[in-house]
Amino acid sequence: MQTVLETKNVGKYFYDPEKFRVLNNINIKAYKGEFLTLVGKSGSGKSTLLYLLSTMDTDYDGEIWMDKKLVTGLNQNDLADIRNENIGFVFQFHYLLPEFTCLNNVMIPALKLGRYSKQEIEERAYKKLEILGLKDQALKPASKLSGGQQQRVAIARALINDPKIIMGDEPTGNLDSKNTQIVFDIFKQLTTEFGQTIIAVTHDNDFAKASDRTIVMQDGEILSER
Amino acid sequence: MKHKHNINSEISISYIVTNKKLTTIAALGVTIGIAIFVFMNSMMKGFDRTSTESIFKTVPHIRLYKDDETSVPLSDKHKESETIIVNPKIVPDNNVLVNPNALIKLLQSQEDVKVVTPQTNANVFYNNGKSQISGNATGINIEEANKMFNIKSYVVEGNADDLKNIQNGILLGVGIANKMNVRTGDDISITSSKGVLKTMKVVGLFRTNNSNTDKSKSYINISLAQQLLQKNASYITDINVNVNDFNNANIYAQRFSKLTGYKAEDWQAANETLMAAAKMRKVIITVISFSILLVAGFGIYNILNMTITQKINDIAILKAMGFRGGDVVRIFVQQALIIGFLGIALGLTLATILVNVLSHVYVGGDIGYFPIRFEPSQYLKGLIFGFLVTFFAGYIPARKAANVDPVSIFRK
Repeated sequence: MQTVLETKNVGKYFYDPEKFRVLNNINIKAYKGEFLTLVGKSGSGKSTLLYLLSTMDTDYDGEIWMDKKLVTGLNQNDLADIRNENIGFVFQFHYLLPEFTCLNNVMIPALKLGRYSKQEIEERAYKKLEILGLKDQALKPASKLSGGQQQRVAIARALINDPKIIMGDEPTGNLDSKNTQIVFDIFKQLTTEFGQTIIAVTHDNDFAKASDRTIVMQDGEILSER
Repeated sequence: MKHKHNINSEISISYIVTNKKLTTIAALGVTIGIAIFVFMNSMMKGFDRTSTESIFKTVPHIRLYKDDETSVPLSDKHKESETIIVNPKIVPDNNVLVNPNALIKLLQSQEDVKVVTPQTNANVFYNNGKSQISGNATGINIEEANKMFNIKSYVVEGNADDLKNIQNGILLGVGIANKMNVRTGDDISITSSKGVLKTMKVVGLFRTNNSNTDKSKSYINISLAQQLLQKNASYITDINVNVNDFNNANIYAQRFSKLTGYKAEDWQAANETLMAAAKMRKVIITVISFSILLVAGFGIYNILNMTITQKINDIAILKAMGFRGGDVVRIFVQQALIIGFLGIALGLTLATILVNVLSHVYVGGDIGYFPIRFEPSQYLKGLIFGFLVTFFAGYIPARKAANVDPVSIFRK
């Protein structure tokens, strides 16, 4: 299987309020088309690890390889470009721009990337919204939607550049069971149909159990995989 | 990548549109700042222009004359020699320029020299019957002097050109004429310090609106001034020079001084008090107008800081989605510049209105209408400084926004 993301001896310190080893000796791999979940108690370091993988947090030791390329040590601008092209994000909160319509929100990362013309981007954004069952909401301002709908718009936005990896930090944390199921099905579909890799941090044991593989973390180390 | 989309502008414009009220207030701040800046600086320009105009009614750009010399002992002090008693005094009768015609020719041949004209001053008493006023008669060549001082423009009665034809003509200040009760065409006698008495014919009256000048000064033919002083035709006390650029008169004065060996005094040195006052005025107006502009800048700084605090989540997600620090700076600087542009455009309009209104206000005296007019250079200055202030007022908070750590926002 093709490795999409790999860590080599990754570790990290927190300095506030005092120096503390929050992650230690993390060696994981994520494969193409895999639905990977990270679980663990609060403070186990699972979110911290996700943000290291996301390239947004660069303060760590060890190495992170993405698509056989070392991303450790790249400058902020290069990392921004990598995120733009290769990573989609879904958080517990949707982080949509409230002034923009759903459609425009979905289009933003693609406009930034500039791979397609504006018209093509609009068509693609409509398609993504259609996959998530929101085509009829496309022209509404993001702030006018329900929580579940907003989260789905956020997922559409994460998908717009067809990233290799989609990272989620408690992506279903604010959703009811019905919406959670919808999001889960979408993720599953993305991995199987489009070969995208999902890495999600979750508290939800059912959600984790249903994923392809779960990494359990405890006290900054990997406890087990299943 | 193939396509360049202006997503940064879309975002900054959406921030402006959603914050209409605050944007308007910040833009109005800039409007007032720019309007006052341009208005006050135009006003200062107007003041400066009227004040130099009134100076140049009687003062040339550069005056060349022989400075008083103090006698010095012929023998240098030698350490061995006896102490000698010296009594330094001004050497009498040496304030005359040697070979003035050659000097005039030399000066005329210099670059940037507009007018060169000789002048001989005589201290005189104006007499009419028993009344007597002391003053000074300036011996001139009317044609050249008119080119230099534009005498005709402030002649209120009679004709300055008559001086050419009437050898003993005199052009009197209105103050003297009033006191002596003479009009154009009347006779007036003048007595010089050498005791020479001449009967003069009044060919005209002038009003400079400087009452001191009007009460003491008169213009006569230069040959007559020489006669009053019992001197020959080569007796010239001053050579007046006008140059193309009077602001650089001091530079030319230095050059002419070296060239001729005589003292060359520029108009700024001759009017030090006025110049000092003008300088102070300039400092005050500059400080005030810049302060107002700066306050307007704080208005923009404020609204941007507020937007950034409000939109911190947006900034975090944009950075997560691959917007670079520079993109974030551009979003907010652009917002500042749009606000600034609106403010500046309105401000320049307001300044135009203010200048227009004030230029129609009559203040009287020798000023007449308020000395203010459209100064394109001030508009340009306002535009440039307006954008500079706006840019920095935007750039400083934008830098802060660019340095937002998205992880710290997402993990809250």
